[in-house]
Amino acid sequence: MTDLNKLTIAEARDLLHKGDVTAVELTESCLSAIEGSNALNAFVHNTPEISREQAKAADARLKSGDAPAMCGIPVGIKDLFCTKGVLSQAGSAILEGFKPEYESTITRQLWDNGAVMLGKLNMDEFAMGSSNETSTYGDVVNPWRRGNDDAPLTPGGSSGGSAAAVAADLCLGATGTDTGGSIRQPAAFTGITGIKPTYGRCSRWGVVAFASSLDQAGPMTKSVRDAAIMLEAMAGHDPLDSTSSDLPVPNFEAALTGDINGKKIGIPKEYRMDGMPEEISKLWEDGTAMLKDAGAEIVDISLPHTKYALPAYYVIAPAEASSNLARYDGVRYGHRATLAAGEGIDDMYEKTRAEGFGAEVQRRVMVGTYVLSAGFYDAYYNRARRVRTLIKRDFEQVFAAGVDAILTPATPSAAFGLGEMADADPVQMYLNDVFTVTVNLAGLPGITVPAGLDKQGLPLGLQLIGRPWEEGDLLNVAHTLEQAVGFVSKPAKWW
Amino acid sequence: MSIDKETAARVAHLARIRVKDEDLPALAEEFNAILGFIEQLNEVDVEGIEPMTSVTPQRLKRRKDVVTDGNQQEKILANAPDAREGFFAVPKVVE
Repeated sequence: MTDLNKLTIAEARDLLHKGDVTAVELTESCLSAIEGSNALNAFVHNTPEISREQAKAADARLKSGDAPAMCGIPVGIKDLFCTKGVLSQAGSAILEGFKPEYESTITRQLWDNGAVMLGKLNMDEFAMGSSNETSTYGDVVNPWRRGNDDAPLTPGGSSGGSAAAVAADLCLGATGTDTGGSIRQPAAFTGITGIKPTYGRCSRWGVVAFASSLDQAGPMTKSVRDAAIMLEAMAGHDPLDSTSSDLPVPNFEAALTGDINGKKIGIPKEYRMDGMPEEISKLWEDGTAMLKDAGAEIVDISLPHTKYALPAYYVIAPAEASSNLARYDGVRYGHRATLAAGEGIDDMYEKTRAEGFGAEVQRRVMVGTYVLSAGFYDAYYNRARRVRTLIKRDFEQVFAAGVDAILTPATPSAAFGLGEMADADPVQMYLNDVFTVTVNLAGLPGITVPAGLDKQGLPLGLQLIGRPWEEGDLLNVAHTLEQAVGFVSKPAKWW
Repeated sequence: MSIDKETAARVAHLARIRVKDEDLPALAEEFNAILGFIEQLNEVDVEGIEPMTSVTPQRLKRRKDVVTDGNQQEKILANAPDAREGFFAVPKVVE
C-alpha cells in the first residue's frame, strides 16, 4: 500500500487493527514525507529514532490485541509541549538548546495510548502570533497556494507548523494549543479540523505557558472523527494542573451520530462585521442552510459584548504573559547573554531577554508589564477582567435560552501572503482572531471545519462553539456539517 | 493618554528588556497603537461586575502539605547556562 501518510487516523486505526498495515510501515511513510518537506519548514526537530522505537512497540501491542485507538498513529507535536530529552523551545531563541527532563501530561498520555512521535513542529514564538512569522526557526509555509501563483502563504498561527504538517500529510494528526485562536485559525487557513476544548479539559502541565487562564491544548486533524479520537487520548484530569477538571472523559467518537435533529444553532448577529468579504458571508449562510437541512433549528442570537473581546484579550493575555515569561532570565535554562566586565545581574537579565525574545514577544511582555503597573492595574487589567465576565455572561444567557451550538465564520479572510502584514501595525494582525478569541475568554469549546474554497482556491473554515464540557455534542454538530459540506480538496504538492 | 519615550524606557526596564535608546520612539508609538485599541473598553458599563478570576467555576483542589517529589538536583541543573557545585551560578549580586 502506498501513501499511508495520507490516511486519516480513523482509517489507519482500522487497518492497524485488522493487521493490514503495521505501525512501522505507517511511520516510515510519514518519515519519508517529512524528509521531503523542508520547503514547508513545519517539522523543526525530527525524532526518527524515537518514532521507530515507538512504532515497533505499538505493533507488539496491536498484536497482543489490546490496543487503544491511537496505538500506532504517527503524530507531530507542537514545539510548545515539553518532551523528555527532545528539544522544546516554544519557537524561541531564549529556550535555545532546552531539553526537558520531563514529559508534558498530554504527550505522556499520547505515548501511553501507543501514539508515535514524529518530531516537533514549528510555531509562533511562545504562541504569540497569527501567521507563524515570529518563530526563531523561520516562517512556516502553507502547503496551499493561490491557484498557479507561487507566492508563499502563511499557514496561520500560532500552531502553523501543526496545521501545515497535517494539511501536507506529513503526519496523521498533530497537537496544537489555542490561547486566542491558535488552533482554529491555522486549521481554517489550511483546510483541516481543529478543536479547542473547554478550558480545563486537557492538562496544561508541561506545556510552556503563554496566558494561563486562556491556554488550552487540542488536536489538529484531517477530519472531525479524528479530532474526536485524538482529543479523547489527550483529555482528562491531571493532579499536576490545578485548573484541570476531574469530570470523566466521554467516548467522543461515539457521540458522532450525525443526528442533530431539533438541535438549536445560534447565529450571532455581532459576528456579521462591517466589510465582511462576500465569500465569507456566503460560506456562513451556506453552512447555516446545511445545518437547517440536517434538522437543526436556526435561531438568531445576540452576543452584545463581542466587540470588546479583542481589546480585553490584548490586556489579559499580555498581562499573564509578562508574568509567565518572567522566568526566562538566563539562570535556569536556555540562552544567557555574554556579559562585559563589570556588568551585573540586572544587565544579565536585560541583555538576555533582549537577545532571546523576538519583537512580538518583547512587545507583549512590555504591554503586559504596563497594564499591570501601579496606577494602571485597575484602569486596564481589572476593567478587562470585568469585561471578560460580561463576555462569558453573553454566552451563558444564550445557552440558558436553549441554544446548543453557535455557528460563525472561523477567520475574516483566507490565508494571506507571508510578509504581507509586515508594515501593518500590530493591531491589524490581532484582528485575525476576531471570531475565535471570545471562546477563550469564555472558556468554551470551539471547533473549526473546512467549509469551502475561495475564488483563489484557498480553504475557508466555519467555527462552531459549544456548551462547556459538551465537546461530544459539539463534535457531532461539526461532523454533521462536515458530511454536508463534503470538503475533499487537498493542496497540490509543490514542495 | 499617550506614552512618551521616557515611559517606554521605564516599562522596558520594569520588564527587564534592554531597548536601545534609538528604538524607544518606535516602541512608544506601538504601545500607543495597542493602548488606543484597548481604550475601547472604557465604553463598557462594568458597574457592579466582578472581575473574572476563574473561567470555570471550580474550587482549587487541595492536597496534604507533604513532600511528593525531590532529589533531582542533577536534572534541575541539567539545562542551566552556568551551574557549579550543585548551584545555579550568576554574576555577583551582593558586594
